Amino acid sequence: MKLDSALTDSRPPQYRGTKLSTRNLNLFYGQCQALREITLDIPERAITAIIGPSGCGKSSFLRIFNRMNDLIPGARVEGSVELDGIDIYHRSIDVVELRKKVGMVFQKPNPFPMSVFENVAFGPRRHGRVSRGELQDIVEKSLRQAALWEEVKDKLNQSAFDLSGGQQQRLCIARVLAVEPEVILMDEPCSALDPVATLKIEDLMRRLAEQYTIIIVTHNMQQAARASDVSAFLLMQGDICGVLVEHGPTPELFTRPRDKRTEDYITGRFG
Amino acid sequence: MRTRSESSRRISQKTAFAILLTTTIAVTAVSLFIIIHIIVRGAGIVDWDFLTQAPTQAGKEGGIFPALVGTFYLMLGTLLIALPVGVLAGIYLSEYAPKNRLTKVINLAIVNLAGVPSIVYGLFGLGVFVLMLNFGMSLLAASLTLACQALAMTITTSREALIAVPNEYRAGSLAVGATRWQTIRHVILPQARPGIVTGAILAMSRAAGETAPILVVGAAFLMRGLPQSPFDRFMALPYHLYTVAVHIPGMPEDTKWGVALVLLAVVLSFNILATVVRLRARKQRG
Repeated sequence: MKLDSALTDSRPPQYRGTKLSTRNLNLFYGQCQALREITLDIPERAITAIIGPSGCGKSSFLRIFNRMNDLIPGARVEGSVELDGIDIYHRSIDVVELRKKVGMVFQKPNPFPMSVFENVAFGPRRHGRVSRGELQDIVEKSLRQAALWEEVKDKLNQSAFDLSGGQQQRLCIARVLAVEPEVILMDEPCSALDPVATLKIEDLMRRLAEQYTIIIVTHNMQQAARASDVSAFLLMQGDICGVLVEHGPTPELFTRPRDKRTEDYITGRFG
Repeated sequence: MRTRSESSRRISQKTAFAILLTTTIAVTAVSLFIIIHIIVRGAGIVDWDFLTQAPTQAGKEGGIFPALVGTFYLMLGTLLIALPVGVLAGIYLSEYAPKNRLTKVINLAIVNLAGVPSIVYGLFGLGVFVLMLNFGMSLLAASLTLACQALAMTITTSREALIAVPNEYRAGSLAVGATRWQTIRHVILPQARPGIVTGAILAMSRAAGETAPILVVGAAFLMRGLPQSPFDRFMALPYHLYTVAVHIPGMPEDTKWGVALVLLAVVLSFNILATVVRLRARKQRG
């Protein structure tokens, strides 16, 4: 792991460079509008938490960044979404290449029905010829990064389903790391896990944020407060579509929310 | 008042249970009777010679070797054609086809293919493969005909096996930058394999038992040897059974039952194999 400038970057996250940005983003599913006019910058090498009540479009918003919404028939995006200043919805963009750069971890751990090793090797194998030796290096490195190596190094050839839920989720993170992404999207990665496993994932996120840009969707306020640098609060307007109410450095948003609705939400008055 | 309604409920519950049980026993008993009867009547004649020798005296003497091998050829031919086409069509319908009205119509049409009477397939095969494509009355024409009939099953089972694979695997694979085809090839197909294999085996066993279609596209009444090429005519167990059962005067009763026993054994063993594949897959999945 090379020492990166970010490791020594002591500036608060909001002053670091912007990795991803949306401008006047609208998302439609057929006739329904799911997101309205969202303008947000995601700082690089930091953790951005997307919070908000169920159904406000958090997950839809997350899926904007790796174009997973493309898979839903009738989904349509307006406005611009940029990764390093490049419009990822432009016609010339190769979605497969985009998803290599922008990996995703899902709500429920979804390891493939293969061995631990093959799960991590899956991405690199799909992206071209790699020798067995290289593959072994990639797998070990990714599992170490995901803080899973010590627990699974003796069972690399066992089925991934033999692992615990928390281990499976870290395996899924390792699977994403193996293709060397720049951004990691996490869609409520701890919602299926117990508190101990949850804390492990949060620790892991903190360490990964030194190198990767992380966006996490969570409806767990404590998690957002504990683990993120920047928070964005989404809310449905008129009970249909998500709007961005407020965003900013997490400590500020949680201690001095500017908007009454944010305050109501984080103090648990609804949601 | 209350006790009466309670007891009448109990009586109707018991009656329903008794009817269901009786029906199940009756159905099972009929199948068992048929199977046991065939085994008892046919077991006497089925031996190694019966399985490995050609028929003589119009089938009154000798064995059923050409019919047995012919049936295996047919099953193999059907499999080689119906499985790849079925899997490819299943992949298209499950993974690529847009969810619109046309796709619905296609799915419905495929399901209905299974309901077309087999003699209709026979006449279709006669018209298209035997006459139009000029394959003649042959093993090839018969395999193609049976494969058309089997397609309904192989497409439907492949499609359903693929659809049954949870979407989270598709998402997980796409999210690390695999293409759609890579996702299908390396994640979805391996998981759907047991379902696809089960469907293919059942389609084969059905092909083994078909009589009407092969009758019109190439099954031979009697042959001393085996077909030497796909364009030769062939013998097959079900047609042979029909022949020995009704067409040859003075046929020993044992021989008829013997042929029936072998045909039944072939079909049943493939059905059992399909069940084993399915159960093993279910066990593995946990």
